[in-house]
Amino acid sequence: MRKFTFLTAALLLGGCSGRHNWLSSAGAEADRVEGLFWVLLIGAAVIWSSVIGAAVYAQRRQVDPGLERQARWFIIWGGAVIPTIIVCSLLVWGLVILRDITTDEGDLTVRVDGERWWWRVTYDGPDGDVVTANEIRLPLDRTALFRLTADDVIHSFWVPALGGKMDMTPGRETTLALTPQKLGSWGGLCAEYCGGAHALMRFDAVVMEPADFDAWLAAEAAPAQVAGDDPGLAVFLEEGCGACHTIRGTQAAGPVGPDLTHVGARARLGAGIYDMTPENMARWITDTHAMKPEADMPPYPDLSGARLDALVSFLLNLDHAE
Amino acid sequence: MTQEIDLSQLPAPEPYDEARDTAQRARLARAWQEPPGWKIITAVNNSNIGKWYLLTSFGFFVFAGILALMMRMQLAVPNNDLFGQELYNQMFSLHGTAMMFLFAVPIFEAVAILILPEILGARDLPFPRLSAFGYWCFLIGGVFVCGSIFFGVAPEGGWFMYAPLSSNKEYSGLGADIWLLGLSFIEVSSIAAAVELIVGVLKCRPPGMRLNLMPLYCWYVLVVAGMILFAFPPLIAGDLLLEMERAFGWAFFDVDRGGDPILWQHLFWIFGHPEVYIVFLPSIALIATMLPTFAGRPMVGHSWIVLSAIGVAFLSFGLWVHHMFTTGLPEISLGFFSAASEAVAVPTGIQIFCFIATMLLSKVRASVPMLFAGGALAIFVFGGLTGVMVALVPFDWQAHDSYFVVAHLHYTLLGGMLFPLMAGVCYWYPFVTQRALSDRAGKWAFWLMFGGFNLAFLPMHWTGIMGMPRRVWTYDLSDGWAVLNMVSTVGAFIFAAGFAVLAINVLWPRGKAPLVKRNLWNAGTMEWSGEIPGKPWGVRSIPYIHTRYPLWEQPEVVGQMDRGEWFLPDAEEGRRELIVTDILDARPLYIHRVGGPTFLTLGAAGCLGAVFILATYHLWALTLAFGAGFIAFTLRWLWTGTSEVPDAPRKYAGRGLTLPTYAQGNRSPGWWAVFITMTGDMTAFMGLVFSYFFYWTALPDFLPAASQLPAFGWLLAGFAALMASWLMTVGARRLLGTGAARAAMALLVGAVPVGAAGLAAWIWSAHSVGLDPTAHSYDAMVWILILWMGLHLLLNSVMHLYVAARIRAGICNRDYRADLMNLTLFSHFLALTGIVIFALLALFPLLMGAA
Repeated sequence: MRKFTFLTAALLLGGCSGRHNWLSSAGAEADRVEGLFWVLLIGAAVIWSSVIGAAVYAQRRQVDPGLERQARWFIIWGGAVIPTIIVCSLLVWGLVILRDITTDEGDLTVRVDGERWWWRVTYDGPDGDVVTANEIRLPLDRTALFRLTADDVIHSFWVPALGGKMDMTPGRETTLALTPQKLGSWGGLCAEYCGGAHALMRFDAVVMEPADFDAWLAAEAAPAQVAGDDPGLAVFLEEGCGACHTIRGTQAAGPVGPDLTHVGARARLGAGIYDMTPENMARWITDTHAMKPEADMPPYPDLSGARLDALVSFLLNLDHAE
Repeated sequence: MTQEIDLSQLPAPEPYDEARDTAQRARLARAWQEPPGWKIITAVNNSNIGKWYLLTSFGFFVFAGILALMMRMQLAVPNNDLFGQELYNQMFSLHGTAMMFLFAVPIFEAVAILILPEILGARDLPFPRLSAFGYWCFLIGGVFVCGSIFFGVAPEGGWFMYAPLSSNKEYSGLGADIWLLGLSFIEVSSIAAAVELIVGVLKCRPPGMRLNLMPLYCWYVLVVAGMILFAFPPLIAGDLLLEMERAFGWAFFDVDRGGDPILWQHLFWIFGHPEVYIVFLPSIALIATMLPTFAGRPMVGHSWIVLSAIGVAFLSFGLWVHHMFTTGLPEISLGFFSAASEAVAVPTGIQIFCFIATMLLSKVRASVPMLFAGGALAIFVFGGLTGVMVALVPFDWQAHDSYFVVAHLHYTLLGGMLFPLMAGVCYWYPFVTQRALSDRAGKWAFWLMFGGFNLAFLPMHWTGIMGMPRRVWTYDLSDGWAVLNMVSTVGAFIFAAGFAVLAINVLWPRGKAPLVKRNLWNAGTMEWSGEIPGKPWGVRSIPYIHTRYPLWEQPEVVGQMDRGEWFLPDAEEGRRELIVTDILDARPLYIHRVGGPTFLTLGAAGCLGAVFILATYHLWALTLAFGAGFIAFTLRWLWTGTSEVPDAPRKYAGRGLTLPTYAQGNRSPGWWAVFITMTGDMTAFMGLVFSYFFYWTALPDFLPAASQLPAFGWLLAGFAALMASWLMTVGARRLLGTGAARAAMALLVGAVPVGAAGLAAWIWSAHSVGLDPTAHSYDAMVWILILWMGLHLLLNSVMHLYVAARIRAGICNRDYRADLMNLTLFSHFLALTGIVIFALLALFPLLMGAA
């Protein structure tokens, strides 16, 4: 009984909310697994209670020791026949679900490349690749086919609310199909330990109405709207940020770090771990490793005052506003 | 030569004579006494080694448990910076590593070494010095790996060490080398124990104990030791590849050079999944041994349990891919391995239902061991049910690498391993110490551990469902995981308190407490036949056993043993003696003399430990020096302690039984040890062959153009030389059999340069076409196969010279040639290895049309 009391308590405490909850029915693929889960849970509760009940009964009562033949039937049915029937049915059901949730075709394709410790995201836009990072926008009720790669170590791409995970392995491409069915911002994370800041490798998966998504993608595809004399851009280029980061529409074309063309339009920084606020951005630039230990980006502790303010406001203004 | 024992034909024992009994006891005691004072470290007897092994394993358990508590402290509240990222990553890597490699597997070996001989009514295991050697390897390796955290260089790549995180020096430091070399060293001791236990079960049973009479515990030991033999070698092969990449830049896992990181996952999990059952089955064995005692009746479904255990072992080698469901494998593989993973529920279910049926048909006495066993059942069944869930691929895609799996694996491992082990500790404590544990403390310990465990791990299923991934050192309040994590932390500390109560109960000095009565649980198995107070010799005389539960079904046997009415009641020559019997029917074959206390095994283990530790730091000159030391100690140990020529060819063993005092070929335990060790060796080699074909299937252009292949002519010449060397060894054995000692010696010594010439031709075949192991996985594969042959040939040469020297010294001769027969067996395996390598390097490319 204790177990189930705990489970109920956990249900109440956790609720069925949460940005990373498998059971939030936010994606068609997660929904299929959720259906499976409840059946498995109830079945497990029944089986566990029966087996433990039988053991407790056997400990308290003694049946006629002469009934060894009957005991053999008990072993065959309880240990072999019933488990075989159950696991065979489950296996078939699991394989049917597997077939249903795997596909090689989607309404749109998103390429995601796992980096230490962030996500390079590339959409197939109408006019070619649209590169962004650490935030994935998806249209409602459309199947997105993710093409997953990694170029340093193994990562794993997981948006629990939308569906299962898939590893990103250097040297090969894996695919995963997700079909969001609830609007909102869902949490995504790296599920395969990738060293160092593995815990801080997150992203947001934002589900939008298809029309809004198309508008967003068009805005994301456009180069940054930056005045050539923006003092923040000057600081950005002087400090050499452009060696690693790209801001389309400026000279900055570094291929190493996240694309910052529309960084200000994202909800979070540091790969989905901090709210996009001026304070956080300033701290990120000057004291990177306090916010994300071992991150590849070097901190710029000497930046301060007006130069820092200019840089921060420049970055935050790299949004979709015209 | 084998003697059929027919009880009705045995002459009656000689009438009891107190003076004779006293004299025999004194001689036995002298032969088996422990070394005094500090020299106790030279002890090799199973009761000493078993106890040390047990305490050391529990020491590592406590160490890894403290790491777990520190992890729980770090995760108790969101955004905690108590230990931080770097230390946390080291802590969880070391927690998993130590729990699996330094606790879960060694504790099986520890318990088996401690109780197996007594359950078999034997005085010791067949190779006590090998047990001692294994123990010291384990201690040195374990301290080396665990100690690294105090210098901040502990492994931080997880206990699974996935490449390229572990193979690329940009991403991982010294910790990865410590893991690879330290654990390879410990794997040596695991395999040593496996060899010892398999031979122990097969060859050291008491006369009359046919296979079908063998206690369930021994069946499980046999099955598990066999699993170790086939599961650990692929990991050793993987370790070799990974360390060659780390130390010398060989291209095995680097994608840019034709490597593949997925290969490591295969090699690791071909080991890693059987490992789970290697951990689980021995503990089920403890329950299967205790349960009949408390039920007061034989186990229901004895043979079903045996078949189920074998079934689990078999299936466990076909499940490894369920750790890799999310790597993007084709659906057909997923379906196959999902089915295999589900199938394992069936033999496991049969074992559990046999236990319940046994309880149904009897009146079970309540006791602390049964309390732990009941808790184990409740926890393990729960873990088994979540196992059925995660074996379904779509479910696993969600659960994999989340806290759901953390909860699942702890339910299976603690329910399937730790709780039964605690039951075993409480059950066999009086066997080891001959004192009683406090029942009250036992109950407290159980309820604290059981409650704490469920409080810690039950909510973790939900933490996983809420999306918390494994191996993260921090999370945010907004993630919604805070309350669940706090509950788990509280539970973990309650569990730890329970274990502390148990540990205090066990370690409490009870020197003055009264001794327990003999066979206090009224058990049916032989280990409880020991006299109280205990004697160093184990059994006073080795009985004839013709029942499964001798203490119930042959109650008169205890008194007969005590009076020395059975076999080997004396130690006239002051030697430690065992009876070796045949595998199926346990007919006595010969009297096996085992070595006593020695520094040699300690020295050998110390030198080998130094080799692995120094290699970690790339101190190659010192590594070689200690390698030579290791060989010297080992040769001395073999020379003085094995295959000695007996003073008389036969000896009277009592009750009209006269047995030989020497055995060779497949009658001798040494031959079986070589056979079993080489089976493990071939399994490691098969790991390399698997790797070769893995690359070949994964990379379309794995085989290079014909001009880049190793030169066929040289390969053929080398192969011919290696075969010639092998035939010379076989010839030497024939010649010695006819008494031509000088000719045999000449052939043995001559085989060494011939073999070396073969190796040189192979090296040249690869070198002459410019194969560079750092350039491409194909080149690296060719070189690793040649290196493998080279290492074996080196060992082979040393042994050839050793046996030649033994012949010269007259220790190995026409009548006593066990050494040469064992060497020939080794050479057969080496020849097979050579044939496979030649086929891979020379014939396979031809077959694929490269010519």
